[in-house]
Amino acid sequence: MLEYRVEIALWAISGIIPFFMLNIWTNNNLNESINISDVMLSRYFLCAFFVRQFSVVWVVFSFEEDSLMGKVSPYLIQPLNPFFRYFAQHLAEQITRFPFALIIAFFFFIFNQESIWIPNLGILLLSIVSTFLSFLIQFLIQSIVACLCFWTEKASSLERLLFIPTLFLSGLLAPVVSFPAYVKSWVYLTPFPYLIDFPANLLSGNETNISGGLSMQILWIFLLFPLFKKIWSEGTKKYTAMGS
Amino acid sequence: MVQNIIDVRNLSKSFDISSKEPGLNGTIKHFFNRQTKSLKVIKDISFEIKEGEIVGFLGANGAGKTTILKMLCGLIYPSEGSILVSGHLPFRRKENFLKNITLIMGQKQQLIWDLPPIESFYLNASIYDLEKFEAKKRIKKLSEMLEIDEELFIPVRKLSLGQRMKSELLAALIHEPNILFLDEPTLGLDINAQRNLRKFLQKYNKETNATICLTSHYMKDITSLCKRVICVHEGAISYDGKLNLLLKKLSPVKEILLVCRSEKDATKLESSGFTVKNKIKNEITLKIENNSITSSLKTILNNFDIEDLFINEPPIDEIIGKVLIKKDYDI
Repeated sequence: MLEYRVEIALWAISGIIPFFMLNIWTNNNLNESINISDVMLSRYFLCAFFVRQFSVVWVVFSFEEDSLMGKVSPYLIQPLNPFFRYFAQHLAEQITRFPFALIIAFFFFIFNQESIWIPNLGILLLSIVSTFLSFLIQFLIQSIVACLCFWTEKASSLERLLFIPTLFLSGLLAPVVSFPAYVKSWVYLTPFPYLIDFPANLLSGNETNISGGLSMQILWIFLLFPLFKKIWSEGTKKYTAMGS
Repeated sequence: MVQNIIDVRNLSKSFDISSKEPGLNGTIKHFFNRQTKSLKVIKDISFEIKEGEIVGFLGANGAGKTTILKMLCGLIYPSEGSILVSGHLPFRRKENFLKNITLIMGQKQQLIWDLPPIESFYLNASIYDLEKFEAKKRIKKLSEMLEIDEELFIPVRKLSLGQRMKSELLAALIHEPNILFLDEPTLGLDINAQRNLRKFLQKYNKETNATICLTSHYMKDITSLCKRVICVHEGAISYDGKLNLLLKKLSPVKEILLVCRSEKDATKLESSGFTVKNKIKNEITLKIENNSITSSLKTILNNFDIEDLFINEPPIDEIIGKVLIKKDYDI
């Protein structure tokens, strides 16, 4: 079982991009151009790390493999949509990641003691809700892409196209507030800033429009869910039960 | 009167298949100008299955047996025709329908690989809305029937193929379905495991009156479980009826080896009007039609001095093999 424990630790460590980005930002004093203090920037990237840990989704890869290998077949004839299985897997893995994320945060605070803060309970609860909504949006987007397996067999290639805007526009590499005004105006119309930037700003205590952000997250879920249902229902008609 | 539980009318299924020439040129051509054609794998088939029946689907590889099972359980969408299973259109996959059926594929598994089977059983129990107490009771009953016990608590990846297959069966039957679709359930199992599985299926059918549709390349599965067989040849039904009638039709004669007391007796028997296959000294092999075996043997034993006799049945695999390569069997 040792290899499983190491794997879990590696998952947690693999999400440390925000800390690299923090290093680049502070070493080059880039935060001065957007009027964010070093401390707030540190907290932002720590929160971005946390939000990423609890919203990362890989359902497209799991579903694609299962679909191509015929493993989806037994699930399809059970009275439960197979995506619930993947959903449960993600939740279980998020719980497993939690202690590792806390350990990483502990070390982060040892090296950045000035960044230590305790968010108030209300903000903490709203951040948890917002992170969960972010997870739902990402899960729905990837599930829609995953359903394209019924037509293309290699849906994960399409997901890679989505990975680029997710990386740049979600706030993982830079807070969206640092983007030029004209870019920001249309970025906020996409689901991407609500994946990392909004929950991370909320948790870190940066100025953010809480009700607007939460409303946009809920709106995206309401838009994506029927689209998923439709594509699932059309896709299963195309299912050929390959590999079984 | 026993009700039809499966009713299939003029069912067809086509798949779009693309073909690619070998090599780099073929790959480039395939990328820019993919050639696809529609392949009709099931061709206008109709049949009914009654409640409690065990029906074997026979056919060569690629004949369409598995595709038929997949359509019957609602896994794939039919191109034409209609299917009614237990009063439901399978492809709609309504909860009531799904709670009534199960599909077991010999080469595929639903158990969670890294966890003991018991975890998958409780997961399935929740999916099928079973109370924990009821689930426990059914796991106990089925594990006794399948003769598995401590294997339930060992991670699936550590189990042998036979133990895994038994666990797969338990996982697939925990909701006590009354229609079982079994696609090569004994694939890869050793002789004892195969026999145990067959015994279990017979018992399950007897106790629950479940309907079983089965495909298998092991003739023993078919002969010990199925009274009725549906032979599929290139997507069409070439025979649908009783297995023993098919065997009689395909193998109308038996070979009887008679050991006579003396070579003189054997020579006398050779010229007595029976069809002789061969004669070596005092041993003679006759070919006798199935319907006259008793009377012929009576005549021989009364009129000749016979020391010993052996009746040779042609191997069933050989007989069924003939079905798999022929288009029609009009019995």
